[in-house]
Amino acid sequence: MDVILFLIFAAIAVVAAINVVVQTHPISSAVSLIGVMGSLAVLYLLLGAEFIAAAQVIVYAGAVMVLFVFVIMLLNAGAEARVGRSFVASLLGAPVLIALLAVLAWVVERIYPRGTTVHFGGFTGGSAQAVGRALFTTYLLPFEITSILVLIAIIGAVVLARKEID
Amino acid sequence: MDSFIVISLIKIVLVFAVLMTTLAYLQWVERKVIAHIQVRPGPYRVGPHGLLQPLADVIKLITKEDLLPHYVNRPLYVAAPFIAVTMSLLSISVIPFGPTIEVAGYKTSMQLTDLNIGVLFVLAVSSMGVYGIALAGWSSNNKYSLLGGLRSSAQMISYELPLSMAIASPLLISNTLSLRDLVGTQAGNLWHWNLFHGWQYVSFIVFLIAGFAETNRVPFDLPEAENELVAGFHTEYSSMKFASFFMAEYANMITVSCMAVVLFLGGWVAPWPAEYGSRFVPVIVFAAAGLIALYHGAHAARKRDMYSLPVVGVCFLITAAIFLLPMVQAWLLPLFWFLAKTGAILFAFIWVRGTLPRFRYDQLMGFAWKTLFPVAVANLLVTGLVVALVS
Amino acid sequence: MAQVPVSWFLSLSAVLFVLGVAGFVFRRNIITVFMSIELMLNAVNLSFVTFAYQRQAVDAHLFVFFVMVVAAAEAAVGLAIILTVFKNRATLNIDEVDSMKN
Repeated sequence: MDVILFLIFAAIAVVAAINVVVQTHPISSAVSLIGVMGSLAVLYLLLGAEFIAAAQVIVYAGAVMVLFVFVIMLLNAGAEARVGRSFVASLLGAPVLIALLAVLAWVVERIYPRGTTVHFGGFTGGSAQAVGRALFTTYLLPFEITSILVLIAIIGAVVLARKEID
Repeated sequence: MDSFIVISLIKIVLVFAVLMTTLAYLQWVERKVIAHIQVRPGPYRVGPHGLLQPLADVIKLITKEDLLPHYVNRPLYVAAPFIAVTMSLLSISVIPFGPTIEVAGYKTSMQLTDLNIGVLFVLAVSSMGVYGIALAGWSSNNKYSLLGGLRSSAQMISYELPLSMAIASPLLISNTLSLRDLVGTQAGNLWHWNLFHGWQYVSFIVFLIAGFAETNRVPFDLPEAENELVAGFHTEYSSMKFASFFMAEYANMITVSCMAVVLFLGGWVAPWPAEYGSRFVPVIVFAAAGLIALYHGAHAARKRDMYSLPVVGVCFLITAAIFLLPMVQAWLLPLFWFLAKTGAILFAFIWVRGTLPRFRYDQLMGFAWKTLFPVAVANLLVTGLVVALVS
Repeated sequence: MAQVPVSWFLSLSAVLFVLGVAGFVFRRNIITVFMSIELMLNAVNLSFVTFAYQRQAVDAHLFVFFVMVVAAAEAAVGLAIILTVFKNRATLNIDEVDSMKN
């Protein structure tokens, strides 16, 4: 049952990720990226990370991607034109990336033998209480610093995007 | 395991059927209430008191020509109403309608599923509902739709912030994210509800205002106003896809009302315990309604009311009698209280629609960021401070 | 076998990461490049959550939380920059934003 769920949502994630990279119009890439994030949220639930799954949908898929979709709609730049690319990139690009993937997969298989498995319910420490407790005790300093970071980002975005008052 | 699946399927079918009927008749209620606010009768020709009007509307919408214009972005155009309706119906699946009951030997709770991150689930699903409107506005390839879609999405994500802050305040008091446990912490009587016991008056009002804005209802309905933007983001939609957007809006309204009831008004908990007499309240209410209907049927103003009002009166009296049966009281009473409270908030939604004028878009956005969000954050800080000092 | 090996999750994360790198390197539209960066961040988040499961500790979830917050801040500022670039150059093709070259 867990294997079927994993395979379905992993397949959806990979197909949607390929779609993000391959589609010419940015809006189709954005919608496919939302699909990737949704299927990753289901995989997080399988790994027992319920709070992170909810945060993924609320913050990432529900706010960050809405921002992307807004900017794409506002700019309305249209589909990307296929202009000339470098010959070296089109020759070496795909093989190098596949080589990188093969190295990563080999390292992963070496480190994690077949024994360790994931089943739904194997990790119960991902609840909101556990995350909250860790966030406000062990990781309090990074929490406060990220809140300042978000404040800086807000001010930066407002300054960059405002209209000049003539 | 098998009984779990079968019971869940039965519950899903039941909730879906009731929800679909409620959506249709909520529209009837809205039209009647707004009509009476405006001192006119509302629908009264199609069936007795216009009760078959929703059926006529459904038939009309289904049999209209389903256009697929050639200039739209086809995948997104078809997907947008799906996303809107799916997300709005999905959030009903975690709302608790009543306590754990025993039916034919099987114990089950009156809720489709109880997630221990129930509140986050509802927030997540409502965040995803923004895409239905944004993609509808974009894919229609029409300036008015795009503007309406962008405005509506910006409004929805702006008001999600005060909504989340207003939700966080009673959560600080109840200390749980599961909707069933939220109701459990408010058990007892009227004074244990989060609204009174936790002094959550400010966050209740902030939640309702943000809820109005999230569901694109008056006074925040500029994005779909007819005299502003043709019809906003659903200009290019016809027949069932258009109906889907309306279903999504009403389902969102129901979700916001149910969340307000569960978070602030104690869910299905009666104002005072059943053994002290609150089990007679539904009986009295329905009996009074039945007697009033019978009285007006006897002195009918219109000729057809001579027949329809007595029938309505008899139905109400039968319902009052059903509430006296001890075997159904275990699940019918909590359901009655939950529906009564939800109905009161839905009536408030409709009442506001008939009364207030519409905000201009810049007033709306300014209100969200400059007034409502600071109030919600201040309320959260004060609640947190009081909880920390008291416990 | 009703259980999924941990290495499958990490391989999925690697696949998504490489796809993100491919999008980042090969695409010319600024917004698509930015979305490939978000894809890479998501792949890394999946690795973190898998490690949290494998070590049975919640600390890696906190890492994911902070990565999400930083990604959101980065998306906000990055999109504001893209809007400004578009206002000044009227193009979203990163090959044409090269006025400091030569």
